[in-house]
Amino acid sequence: MSTIAFPSALRFTDTQIEMAHGAGGTASRRLVEGLIAPLVGACGSLGDAATLTVDEVSIAMTTDSFVVRPLRFPGGSIGDLAVNGTVNDLAVAGAIPIAIVCSLIIEAGTPAEVLQQEVQAFGEAARRAGVRVVGGDTKVVEHGKADGLYVTTTGIGTIDPRASISSANVRAGDRVLITGPIGDHGITVLLARGDIDLDADLRSDTRSVYPFASALIGSVGRDLHWMRDPTRGGVATSLNELARDCGLGIVLDEDAVPVRDEVRGACELLGLDPLHIANEGQIVAVVAAAAAEQALAAVRRTPGGEEAAIVGTVEAAPAATVLVRAAYGGLRVIDMLVGDPLPRIC
Amino acid sequence: MKYVDEFRDPQLIKQAADEIRRLTDPARHYRIMEVCGGHTHAIYRFALADLLPPNIELVHGPGCPVCVLPMGRIDEALSVVERHNAILTTFGDVMRVPGRQGSPLERQARGADIRMVYSPLDALRLAREHPERPVVFFAIGFETTAPSTALTLQRARELAVTNFTVFSNHVTIVPAIRAILDSPDMRLDAFIGPGHVSTVIGARPYAFIARNYRKPVVISGFEPLDLLQSIVMILRQMRDGRAEVENQYSRVVPWDGNLPALRVLADVFELRPYFEWRGLGFISQSALKLRSAYSSWDAEVRFTMPSVQVTDPKAAQCGEVLKGVLKPHQCKLFGRECTPERPVGALMVSSEGACAAYFSYVHRRTAAVV
Amino acid sequence: MCLAIPGQIVDVQPGGHLATVEVSKVRRTINIDLLEDPPAAGEWVLIHVGFAMNRISAERAAEQLRLLAMLGEDAQAMAELEGYEFGSESERGVT
Repeated sequence: MSTIAFPSALRFTDTQIEMAHGAGGTASRRLVEGLIAPLVGACGSLGDAATLTVDEVSIAMTTDSFVVRPLRFPGGSIGDLAVNGTVNDLAVAGAIPIAIVCSLIIEAGTPAEVLQQEVQAFGEAARRAGVRVVGGDTKVVEHGKADGLYVTTTGIGTIDPRASISSANVRAGDRVLITGPIGDHGITVLLARGDIDLDADLRSDTRSVYPFASALIGSVGRDLHWMRDPTRGGVATSLNELARDCGLGIVLDEDAVPVRDEVRGACELLGLDPLHIANEGQIVAVVAAAAAEQALAAVRRTPGGEEAAIVGTVEAAPAATVLVRAAYGGLRVIDMLVGDPLPRIC
Repeated sequence: MKYVDEFRDPQLIKQAADEIRRLTDPARHYRIMEVCGGHTHAIYRFALADLLPPNIELVHGPGCPVCVLPMGRIDEALSVVERHNAILTTFGDVMRVPGRQGSPLERQARGADIRMVYSPLDALRLAREHPERPVVFFAIGFETTAPSTALTLQRARELAVTNFTVFSNHVTIVPAIRAILDSPDMRLDAFIGPGHVSTVIGARPYAFIARNYRKPVVISGFEPLDLLQSIVMILRQMRDGRAEVENQYSRVVPWDGNLPALRVLADVFELRPYFEWRGLGFISQSALKLRSAYSSWDAEVRFTMPSVQVTDPKAAQCGEVLKGVLKPHQCKLFGRECTPERPVGALMVSSEGACAAYFSYVHRRTAAVV
Repeated sequence: MCLAIPGQIVDVQPGGHLATVEVSKVRRTINIDLLEDPPAAGEWVLIHVGFAMNRISAERAAEQLRLLAMLGEDAQAMAELEGYEFGSESERGVT
């Protein structure tokens, strides 16, 4: 979700909640700005993580729910996503993740072994990410609800005083950086569902991105203007949200964007664009032009960041639009994705 | 990727674009229709219009099987799911097409058993895995895809899979092209012929366009160099005053078509006397239905389907956009009531539909870019 | 319409109807009944909805690229090229 300012003029008049309201596009925005925020008395701007000041200490807080089918896939499981997803929201807000609490909604009939595996994965992911699990809640619902297991994780962290992350910092001329190959997670999960029957040696990239965030902040400080973890909707959606928020244009260099051969092959076969595919272990960052090389070097030095790349530039025009430049110079617009990417045959 | 990357070579693209400029008469306006939705998509995806001089206008044709699907067909298929506890299987392209009570995707979210497949063989496999339930495959596509449905039906008959049926919405490309050519608004100079349909039907079916209507036809591949090379070939024909069928995509398109594919089509399908095309109206001999030997696998025979007539809202100008008479943004609903998120017409639903492509790729570029 | 992708045959499966194909390190089982005769490992085919539609001709592809490369020649050479077609001599016709 991108930064939303209040009060908003959006009205929520839909009579029923549909999948689209959870998809992250304009329907989601209408729900949040038009219904939820006004009723809970939200004010100021809403990003992925909230920042509060408590006794002069700046704290970041975030919550997220995790719903995935299948629960386990190459490279991880819902347990990993539930920790890393929340840790990553804190990290890209410029916070040092400290602790998380976890709520489990379990479908009756779920084998105990399945639950054990997920809780174990959750614990190990938390240890790897360096966050403490300090509490939680468990509910069991009837068979047929909850797809086996839903997890909600709330996390807190302290804002790193060296960081200033906001779309308002972004300027024309800034460079766009990605920490590694895109599309691994989304394609892995799509293939793991078994409906498509493609065989590829791919794993989800789920991991804490805090080491990369820390490397960026540590190396260039306030020259790191903005960052996001490009999950659902992919890099294209995150950058479109930025472009809309700051009113500037972004031009990506197609050949510079790192994509594994397997992801490229699966996307070509299914008619999908890697820029629209979810990632669970990457950061897309915008840094001041003069600091770009230094930022890149810092990420590349960090274990797991060896394939980081500078992939584009912020431009004054066209406003609020993301473009992709092909090797021969052709420019196409890439929009945000609403809903899940659907394979096509036509 | 082999046979893909070579046809995206930047230097060769520049050379082809330069040749196009050399061949273009600045005093002339060229209107070239690309029939196939896949070409529409490629033109936008590769920003090819940027490489062409402004007096070459690429007009999008009706070769988008999702776009021309009458809305009622979705509702008919969904009614079978409801009434007979069937599993409906279809391609991803169909999932967002709006029916009267929602698209297949929306109905799936509300509990209807609708499953996306990549191949009709996957639908057949599902039927064998669930012998107790009817499995309906919503078949869609032009002659490229119909042979795959046909082969699947032959297999279903061989294996006696009695719970498997096909709801055929296959259409054929030539009648649609003919309808465009006979349309009084028609002002086209040449055609970029559908590349993958032609891998099945070959080049001969387009001869009437050159012979009777005196328009050049060049069958094209889908990579940037394919399309640019095809435009070069069209411009050369126009410069020379020729009107011929040429095959740019000869690395996969056989002049005489694919015989095994044509044989299997003839075995399984026959032409319907007429079929309704969204936006183009009723066209005779333009769609495929299962022959009587396969009636046990024909969803329209096995199930009573309510014939659902759903007319487009009067303000939607899908037909005119399909025929190339209007550009997408000239439709009154474009960008307002009709957007990719909330499509009114199918040209906005399908990612290769002219309106969706225009909306995503062109509409947002309001200023010139470096 | 018609998203079809070039893929390389890895092997033909026993039975003769199916083959394993590879596209950029991704593999899938496809049906080969639409080909006149079974392909050999290493051959390239065009894949659509889980079926091999046609073989891809390496010679034709190379010929096309060669002709495209020649588009950069000067006008003199262009005049000589006018007699050539993209594709073979049998690829034009008004039958």
